[in-house]
Amino acid sequence: MKGLKKVLALVLVAVFAIGMLAACGGSEPAPAPAGSGSGSAPAPATLKVGLICLHDENSTYDKNFIDAFKASCEKAGLVEGETCFIKTGIPEGEEAQVAAEEFVEMGCNFIFADSFGHEPYIIEAAKENPDVQFSHATGTRAHTENLSNYHNAFASIYEGRYLAGIAAGLKLNEMIEAGQFTAEEAKMGYVGAYPYAEVKSGYTSFYLGAKSVCPTVTMDVLFTNSWYDETAEKECADNLIKGGCKLISQHADSWGAPSACEAAGVPDVSYNGSTISACPNTFIVSSRIDWSPYFDYAFDCVKNGKAIDADWTGTIETGSVVLTDFNEAVIAAGTVETVETAKQELIAGTRHVFDCSAFTVGGEALTSYLADVDDMGDFAPETEVIADGFFHESEFRSAPYFDIDIDGINIL
Amino acid sequence: MNKVPLIHITRRKELPWYRSWAIRVIAVILALILCGVITLLLVGENPISIYATMIKGNFGTTKKVWNMLEELAIMLCTSLALAPAFRMKFWNLGGDGQVLMGCLGSASVMILLGGRLPNIVVILLMLVAAIIAGTIWAGIPGFFKARFNTNETLFTLMMNYIATQIVAFFVVVWENPKGSSNIGIINQASREGWLPTIFNQKYMIIIIVAVLLTVATYVYMKYTKHGYEISVVGESESTAKYIGIKVRKVILRTAALSGAICGLVGFLLVGGVSHTLTTSLSAGRGFTGVMVAWLGKFNPFFMILTSFILVFLDKGAKEITTIFGLNDSFGSILTGLILFFIIGCEFFLNYQISFRKKQNKEVA
Repeated sequence: MKGLKKVLALVLVAVFAIGMLAACGGSEPAPAPAGSGSGSAPAPATLKVGLICLHDENSTYDKNFIDAFKASCEKAGLVEGETCFIKTGIPEGEEAQVAAEEFVEMGCNFIFADSFGHEPYIIEAAKENPDVQFSHATGTRAHTENLSNYHNAFASIYEGRYLAGIAAGLKLNEMIEAGQFTAEEAKMGYVGAYPYAEVKSGYTSFYLGAKSVCPTVTMDVLFTNSWYDETAEKECADNLIKGGCKLISQHADSWGAPSACEAAGVPDVSYNGSTISACPNTFIVSSRIDWSPYFDYAFDCVKNGKAIDADWTGTIETGSVVLTDFNEAVIAAGTVETVETAKQELIAGTRHVFDCSAFTVGGEALTSYLADVDDMGDFAPETEVIADGFFHESEFRSAPYFDIDIDGINIL
Repeated sequence: MNKVPLIHITRRKELPWYRSWAIRVIAVILALILCGVITLLLVGENPISIYATMIKGNFGTTKKVWNMLEELAIMLCTSLALAPAFRMKFWNLGGDGQVLMGCLGSASVMILLGGRLPNIVVILLMLVAAIIAGTIWAGIPGFFKARFNTNETLFTLMMNYIATQIVAFFVVVWENPKGSSNIGIINQASREGWLPTIFNQKYMIIIIVAVLLTVATYVYMKYTKHGYEISVVGESESTAKYIGIKVRKVILRTAALSGAICGLVGFLLVGGVSHTLTTSLSAGRGFTGVMVAWLGKFNPFFMILTSFILVFLDKGAKEITTIFGLNDSFGSILTGLILFFIIGCEFFLNYQISFRKKQNKEVA
């Protein structure tokens, strides 16, 4: 018996040793293709791209990037694991810089990071690797850093949220007409992540969309102080519903709020993608950014040695701002047509989301506003963003800077 | 019929070192084989290429090696901080909070004094602030343990949550832009308060600190009066009292020391690695450090090996998820399995399992 054990142990050791040898042998040829990309030619022959994500596919926000990235990679003929790589679960710290540098070492010539807090670390990586192009979603500093290889990208998602808001307003109207509550009781709830411009711009545009069809609507906002906290998002939604909110929307990345709505039977406008699979009775519509137009654009630039814009703002027209399919079982009659009309007006420029005649601040209409567009860490607003009677969002840089608390929205 | 149980567990005598290490190696091999089978069945990837990728994730390039050494150094320092307390059977589960308070101390000096004083003074003040903050954070439960014999396990654990909330508060105070709960890199342009590079390596200083700390902890625990007192108090407080050791003093001193080194780790993290302040900076090392210290039997040199195993597995797992496009969780599953075997084998080192046999023959 003892002998058998020894033999078994020996066999296992042998198997392991052979495995290790084979492993080492197999790993050697791999670095060869990476070296070919390090030439000084401005237009690299082989495109190799990396995506850095804060969370993984379980977060609707990151899934939205991952899906678009994979689609654009496939279109560009890139193969996952060979010329296209994704790192998930990268915190907003030094890890982001390490992840970017590892991509550089693997020979990537385009690297994209998806979370706001990644920005300073990606800038560090960009400074150290001037031959590699770096892009960052939602960031604010590309237009002031003066780095030729560091870029920001975003989309005019406030337009998408505005359109989704119209669908929400029409649903409220339907519920008012059905006698479920009075016009004065028409209150929406919004689960936000952090109280800064990106989120404020989002919920304000959503509210203005609803208000454009349901003038008496008000909205309560709760913040979770996290991009992804399923429990907190669910609790916030529950509390808003308890507080009398008749419809819920969100700017946070889990399924917490939509599932709370489904459980309570409260209609919901979600974000980043459809939640109809889990919420068939309450899901109305979802706005989201389709990132593939940007990835297509950036891949093309890198491949052909063209400069990438320091700030790139996708729009409805570029196909970057999209609505999911409406849930016919929940939407009010005429929603599809009304939203489509508004969409065409937004594209044509005859309607503006932040039209100063559509909202008041402290009871008065806004005629002038300085926004902190150049984010130099001084919190000093320097850019006049109101002209021609509307607030020019995402024109002076891609990331939103609408951070005004308007009347009708209560931050709890 | 006699009533011999089917399975009989007895305590082993101490095994000779080569046998105990052979058992450990076998455990690791078994773990790797099981992980290989699971990988093959669940993901359909060749297990050997998975292991090769894990090795590449740690040693693939010079930069990867430096990153690995940095993580190893931080992991090791955290577990070295916990070792004296655990040796004394003071269950310090507050390493995370103590590291975080150290981070807060350093970051506050960096933000408030950066650029107003010479850089070397700023760095020294960061170090002092971090050590004081860490010492206080472990000293409080230490004091209550020494004075009122409170349960330090719960106390230190709860202190973690308080530390997280305090740091969250200051993140909001210093956030940029307002509302984002994000400080970003502190002094990114001026680099004030950033630890200097040595031989052009930004992590060298951390590695040097880890080496010095390892030797110092070894000497402290093994050759000093303090170290002796710690082990006597850990074995039996009554004995310690009987031979005239001031138990309260030893408890307070050791808890404070543990916190001070945790504070030092916070200083290294903020000044040398991330240059920011977030609530997740310590990344659970205060807990992983406990495992490192236990597995390393509180011997600082063994702890180098155990820290390495954990860092290796972690970095290897991350590399797997990148290269094979797998979910983050798959790497964690493999790491968990391997750790299960490593920890499990300690059982077989301490105990012997005998099965009932027809003629009561013992099976080795």
